Amino acid sequence: MKIGLAWMRCGAAVVALAAGLAAAHAGSLKIESWRNDDADIWNNTIIPTFNKHYPDIKVEFSATQPAEYNAALNAKLDGGTAGDLITCRPFDASLQLYQKHQLDGLDDLAGLANFPDVAKAAWSTDDGKVTFCMPMASVIHGFMYNEDAFKKIGAKPPKTMAEFHDILDKLKKDGTYTPIDMGTADQWEAATMGFQNIGPNYWKGETGREALISGKEKYTDPDYIAVWKELATWAPYMGNGFQAQKSADSQNLFSLGKAAIYPAGSWDISTFRKDAQFPIGAFPPPLPAGDTECYISDHTDIGMGLNAASKNKEDAKKFLEWLSTPEFADLYANALPGFFPLSKAKVTIKDPLAADMLGWRATCKSTIRNSYQILNRGTPNLENELWNVSAQVINGAMTPEAAGQQVQTDLDKWYKPAK
Amino acid sequence: MAEPMSQVVASMPRGRFLALMALFLGPSVAVYTLFSIYPLIATMALATYTTDSAGAYAFVGLANFVTLLADSVWSKPFWNAAWNNLIFFAVHMAVQNPIGIALAGLLSLPGIRFKSLYRTAIFLPTMLSVVIVGFSWNLILSPLWGVAEGALKSVGLGGWFAPWLGLPSTALATLALISVWQFVGIPMMLIYAALLNIPDELVDAARVDGLGNFRIFWHIKLPLVLPTIGLVSVLTFVGNFNAFDLIYSVKGALAGPNFASDILGTFFYRTFFGYQLQLGNPTMGAAVATVMFFIILVGVCFYLFVIQRRMRRYAF
Repeated sequence: MKIGLAWMRCGAAVVALAAGLAAAHAGSLKIESWRNDDADIWNNTIIPTFNKHYPDIKVEFSATQPAEYNAALNAKLDGGTAGDLITCRPFDASLQLYQKHQLDGLDDLAGLANFPDVAKAAWSTDDGKVTFCMPMASVIHGFMYNEDAFKKIGAKPPKTMAEFHDILDKLKKDGTYTPIDMGTADQWEAATMGFQNIGPNYWKGETGREALISGKEKYTDPDYIAVWKELATWAPYMGNGFQAQKSADSQNLFSLGKAAIYPAGSWDISTFRKDAQFPIGAFPPPLPAGDTECYISDHTDIGMGLNAASKNKEDAKKFLEWLSTPEFADLYANALPGFFPLSKAKVTIKDPLAADMLGWRATCKSTIRNSYQILNRGTPNLENELWNVSAQVINGAMTPEAAGQQVQTDLDKWYKPAK
Repeated sequence: MAEPMSQVVASMPRGRFLALMALFLGPSVAVYTLFSIYPLIATMALATYTTDSAGAYAFVGLANFVTLLADSVWSKPFWNAAWNNLIFFAVHMAVQNPIGIALAGLLSLPGIRFKSLYRTAIFLPTMLSVVIVGFSWNLILSPLWGVAEGALKSVGLGGWFAPWLGLPSTALATLALISVWQFVGIPMMLIYAALLNIPDELVDAARVDGLGNFRIFWHIKLPLVLPTIGLVSVLTFVGNFNAFDLIYSVKGALAGPNFASDILGTFFYRTFFGYQLQLGNPTMGAAVATVMFFIILVGVCFYLFVIQRRMRRYAF
């Protein structure tokens, strides 16, 4: 009898354990992301808010280094160990995952209706029929500046490139601050914060981007060369040894108040909010001589999709639906100032700097980075190519003309525009 | 001359002898096959396939290798990486191994104090994680916060400072020297151990004949440790042509500026796994890995069949 009881207890324990495991399995979700900078905010703000609605669903935020994300994610997806929810890069990188049947189409989710087509375009098939990621946020490029530095030399935010250079000269003469806070060691800043930041004013935003895709314009055209020519003039204003300055160095230099102008992505706002002790302002890319209409890079940057191999699609869909609500848009935009919601819902942004940058949407026309859609599908990879040549142009190791020539030649090797 | 064989083995029934062989060799053959031979063959097999956008595999024979060596999109970065790798190896051979030999020679001198302290201190970096080494040197050499510039200024050489890690002309050499700093302990230890094996009679005899420490080292000890130096060289060769981690942790997988610090390991990583928006290409990556394997194979065979055969072993 006694032995029987012991067996029963043991059995009950096994059952309880199994049930516990099953419960943990049924109600848990794992998010793959490259936003390792934001892990705290996801864990302490976003996921707890989600849990107010769905207390039974346990969500884990698993982030990797941004530049390693796609490589790691692809390996995990191929190996069947990726999380249920996949943070989506815009355009081709995610499109490929959908084509390999690693992401599910999301058209049965009602929440997609909360987004305009332009937001969905970044995560839809070329024919626009299937959307495979829920849009989350866009990022805006521009320049942030140390207001104390501008006060010291008596400058106002520049409207034109001429004014911009005037300020740079004054800052250099004054000598207190590094005029332009950017390095070329990591290469991407030269392309993303340099080329794609000031470029849209030169190639007229979407007009130029579409002309590149249709083959009407080329990277060797004067508009593009002019962008690299402008970048080439930045080197004397950049810090000593900028060739070995990494992006984290640039962030530190600006937060410490030692630099005046930081070519920025809006995602940097939260970093500086945490560390910087001085007032920060922002201005959109200054206009080249003679231009009146301004364009900004308002890049659809981040979305979230459903792993086709997920064992918990029910709960994952609940999470994705929640991402489309005004509640999430408001929460995300204010918890991570600098990531701007794409949803149609009206969102009030409390951070003045972020609100300021978002305000540029009203006066300037939005466009996205020209290397992301369609032009990014072949070998050699256009985006990486732009990193390389833009960094070299700033380093003075390559002429603007040679940069355009190299990018276009390599693009022509595989890309044939549709006639 | 026949191999000597023990009486026990010779009188053993054949079946039992084979069973014994299987028992002793089986586990290592199994482990080696599972974790080394099988992945190697699988990689080579993967290199003969290609994938389409839906992820389906198709057999293409040697087409990937032809692309890698003949299509300039691939061959240019490949030869650039191979050349850089050769320079990386040359710096190790020219700096790391001579310093390792010299340190071992000094440590084996009689009457040196704090010997084990030096030995430990020199070997310490080898035990550090590459990420820590990369991060520390990045900081030391940083033009913004690094101590390198201040240190040079304090001895009046401030003008010599440059952002070495960021310049195309110096990035690779700087990285190679960081790697030398990290790994110089290994040749030192191996050669030191070999030096300790040299019988004292030989050294004493030389001393009686009137040779000083340097000439003893040069004429007696060095020839005796040549086989170890050969071994160290081949280890350096294999290590360098498989290197990846230091470059990746300091410069990232794009190994800038303009691929000046790109070596075969980083080239393989970008090809196989992709980087940022560049998507990974596993089949092409397998082709790169296969070529790397053959480069190392050729180097090791050269050592085994050309160098090691000519080496004379001294029986003490």
